[in-house]
Amino acid sequence: MEILLALIIAVLTAAGIFLILRARTYPVVLGLTLLAYGVNIFLFAMGRLHIDKAAILNNNAEYTDPLPQALVLTAIVIGFAMTAFVIALSLKAYSKFGNDHINGTPVKRKDK
Amino acid sequence: MLLPFLGAAIVAGVAQKNRIASAWGAGIVTALSIAILTNLAYVPFEGKTLIHSWNWIPSIGLTFAFRLDGLGLLFAYLILIIGLLVIVYARYYISSRDSMGRFYSYLLLFMGSMLGIVLSENILQLAVFWELTSLSSFLLISYWQHKPEGRDGAKMALTITGGGGLAMLAGILLLGHAAGSYTLSDILTAGDAIRSHALYTPIILLILLGVFTKSAQFPFHFWLPHAMAAPTPVSAYLHSATMVKAGIFLLARLYPALSGTEEWIVLVSTAGMITLLLGAFTALFKHDLKGLLAYSTISHLGLITLLFGFSTPLATVAAIFHIINHATFKASLFMVAGIIDHETGTRDMRRLGGLWSFMPHTATLAMIAASAMAGVPLLNGFLSKEMFFERTLIDETLLNFLSPIFATLAGAFAVAYSIRFIHNVFFNGQLKNLPKNPHEPPRFMKIPVDLLVVACFAVGTLPVFTVAPVLAIAVTGSLQAPLPEYSLALWHGFTLPLLMSFIAFFGGIFIYRQRKELFARYEKNISRIDARVPYNTILNALFDLADFITSGFNKESLQTMIAWTLAASFLAVFAGFSYGDSPLFGNRAFLSMDWISIAVASIFIIAIIATVLMHKSRLVSLISLGVAGLIVSLIFIKFSAPDLALTQLSVEVVTVILILLALYYLPQHTPKESSKFRIIRDLILSIGGGIGVFVLTLAVLSREYTTIGTYFLENALTGGGGTNVVNVILVDFRGFDTLGEITVLAIAGLGIFAMLQGLKLYAPSKDIHGFAWSADIYPSILQTLARLLLPLMLMVSVYIFLRGHNLPGGGFIAGLIASIALVVQYLANGIAWTRKRIPFSTHNLIVYGLLIAIATGLVSMTIGYPFLTSAFTHLNWPLIGEFEIASAIAFDLGVFLVVVGTTVMILVQLGKLSLNSHKTHKKKSKEGQN
Repeated sequence: MEILLALIIAVLTAAGIFLILRARTYPVVLGLTLLAYGVNIFLFAMGRLHIDKAAILNNNAEYTDPLPQALVLTAIVIGFAMTAFVIALSLKAYSKFGNDHINGTPVKRKDK
Repeated sequence: MLLPFLGAAIVAGVAQKNRIASAWGAGIVTALSIAILTNLAYVPFEGKTLIHSWNWIPSIGLTFAFRLDGLGLLFAYLILIIGLLVIVYARYYISSRDSMGRFYSYLLLFMGSMLGIVLSENILQLAVFWELTSLSSFLLISYWQHKPEGRDGAKMALTITGGGGLAMLAGILLLGHAAGSYTLSDILTAGDAIRSHALYTPIILLILLGVFTKSAQFPFHFWLPHAMAAPTPVSAYLHSATMVKAGIFLLARLYPALSGTEEWIVLVSTAGMITLLLGAFTALFKHDLKGLLAYSTISHLGLITLLFGFSTPLATVAAIFHIINHATFKASLFMVAGIIDHETGTRDMRRLGGLWSFMPHTATLAMIAASAMAGVPLLNGFLSKEMFFERTLIDETLLNFLSPIFATLAGAFAVAYSIRFIHNVFFNGQLKNLPKNPHEPPRFMKIPVDLLVVACFAVGTLPVFTVAPVLAIAVTGSLQAPLPEYSLALWHGFTLPLLMSFIAFFGGIFIYRQRKELFARYEKNISRIDARVPYNTILNALFDLADFITSGFNKESLQTMIAWTLAASFLAVFAGFSYGDSPLFGNRAFLSMDWISIAVASIFIIAIIATVLMHKSRLVSLISLGVAGLIVSLIFIKFSAPDLALTQLSVEVVTVILILLALYYLPQHTPKESSKFRIIRDLILSIGGGIGVFVLTLAVLSREYTTIGTYFLENALTGGGGTNVVNVILVDFRGFDTLGEITVLAIAGLGIFAMLQGLKLYAPSKDIHGFAWSADIYPSILQTLARLLLPLMLMVSVYIFLRGHNLPGGGFIAGLIASIALVVQYLANGIAWTRKRIPFSTHNLIVYGLLIAIATGLVSMTIGYPFLTSAFTHLNWPLIGEFEIASAIAFDLGVFLVVVGTTVMILVQLGKLSLNSHKTHKKKSKEGQN
């Protein structure tokens, strides 16, 4: 199971890296989202994998590690805020430069 | 000591109300400092050293320490007294157009930094203050910001002294290493150890670099004349008494530790001698009053440096004596130059002349001060010059018989330029078309000059009663040894030094008589030599080099930069993997795989690969991204993290809506741009990254570990009052982190709001296939369903929120669910319709959320617990049953509100853009119909 998870994280990372190396804003946003998934799962896995041992206290003796979960929970929400921010940024850049290239070079307009 | 720094802030504040008040403030601060210093002055006079120290960064030997000994006392007095005089003088000099508060606060800053240098016990701290003087003098020199020569001069001064300061810092670090301590008391006693240390030569080279740049010694002297673009009070203060003396001070301070060796004597005396001659020679040919004084200052600094270079105790006496004398007469001369400039409007000696009849008082003062500069008997300059001549005669180490000859020659030039200063300005012909009608300056502008000139006279006639005690303790402070025998008497009999003085005096008069011919030759041959040319060449070459290196790495392409960063991090990780000899993987037992997991993982990987492959058609890739996101939440469920799964699920929904909204405006397709090479490069990078992460994850997962998680598991119920440990960690144990995180969230939301405010984007009126958008903007089925769903969703949200402390849920998740509920309303009914029916603004939600979260923390503080301590009690709620209510639930409410506020705000902001573009479309279509 661990190998499967490591594979998932690896594919997420590879896809994320490939996409953030693209030249347009939209693939970069996608790439960042994928990377964020990868990082979140990776952090989560630092508590090792447990099946059916949720961190809800009852009379069972075995629990999962709650700390990485708490950290990842906020990481997910902040990751969302970051994605939203990058999207707003790309919209702003698009409206300002007239294209969505990440270098933000304005398009030369002939009529001006 | 710290008073001037405080004063600087106060003065800057006061000046906004009243210009004169800032002058008074600066004066009072300085007077107060003098009083404090005088109060402590008995210590050095008793032959002791006062040291105060506080630990600052003890691990690197940095303490905050001050020492007050004779040398420090003398310099502190010079700085403060001349500072006070300059403050009085500048009150009348600075014109009403310039900001007086700015001037005085800079001046006090500078004064404080100078005091810091002379009173530092720790040499690292000394270096800090040294840089501070460079910075504050930059501000002072460029005080007239509108003048280009002021800015250039200031830049040059900063470059030279700042560069020297860096060299000095390196030297000081080496010195501290050699001496084994950064405290002066230790260094001064460790002189022998330092001189025999292997690093001695680099140490003195670097420190002398700092000294020579600061004190304008050859070949770094050229910044000083250009710094004359500063207002004259600044020149009088910085370039006569204080800043340029900082280098000299360091020579005197480190004299016991560094002097006496071959290198020291050769370096210091040669630089001093060349500077002395060059300065004296050039001064004669300057037509600008302040230029003349600047070069004369350079030559006097050279003289003092030369004396230190001799490395004998008596030479040190002469040097320190001359420091005092030079400060008095040069400050007064600068002030006279300022008066002349102020009252006539020019400093050009070719246009000035015959001012005696207009301002006899000033002229008298100038004559006395200039005579002191020339070394006329009965004035202080004479005494120290005699001592200097005497030293050059005894000098056996260097240049031997040449040094008295050079000294006399320099003396002659000094006489010549002093005569020129007086004769050209106050006599000799008429004024030539001056911009102003000259008259005597205001009384208080002359008083500082009066006082200084009186001091020149008093020291010159009665040295034993005036300057002797201070000089004695200062010399002791510098030498750190008993005082050598010397005599300050006026008359030593007919000695060789006296003869040299005579030769210099008459030689000077002779040179001045020949001036016309000399000037002509100078203009023809030498005046074209400008130190700025090599300076600018070097500077430009440096800029070019910097540009070259930058452009080597920065191709102005973010892609390349990211690729470089990634490649570098791969190398670092690879180095980390191959380091050490422990096995890559541990031997922790893995969980067994099942077919469902494998199937889900395959779907997941396919979805990701699809996202990458189809990223050119954007909508499709978004859908596969959504698939991937949903599977992430399945993974969380599988591995016992229900809270994460819920969060991931709701975040996924919001993210997809968000990207959809954005996609409405962005181009629907990504053009094909990447070259094959680039794609291959990126593939290598990304696959390399993937493999690296794979190995890393497995390496971690195959090892056993210890966790602090058990602590939370054991204490969640007893300490936090909840059974959902994840939630208890969020709102209780690590509540402070969460507070930080919701603040980040709020800031991100507000940032997006600010960015999208007023943004105009035009959505395409047709979709990519050329079809018009559906005319039914708000489908009624969606509307009806959404309105029905709203109360249900809100109820779920409240339920999730309330149970969060004990079962999966909590503020974050509930907040996201509530936001989705609201956003669905916006989507189904339109923004205008929904906004009318929602009675609060998202901004307020965010603010109240943060306030509630903080208030929860503060409440626990007011009853004596640390910030964000929670209390809980059991409560019996009808229908739901008994549950604990903790004060943390209020904190969670804050989290909830912030999440709702931010999420809704972001989405609505994006949605509102479409409102604008719809309007424009309607307008356009109406125009079309008309």
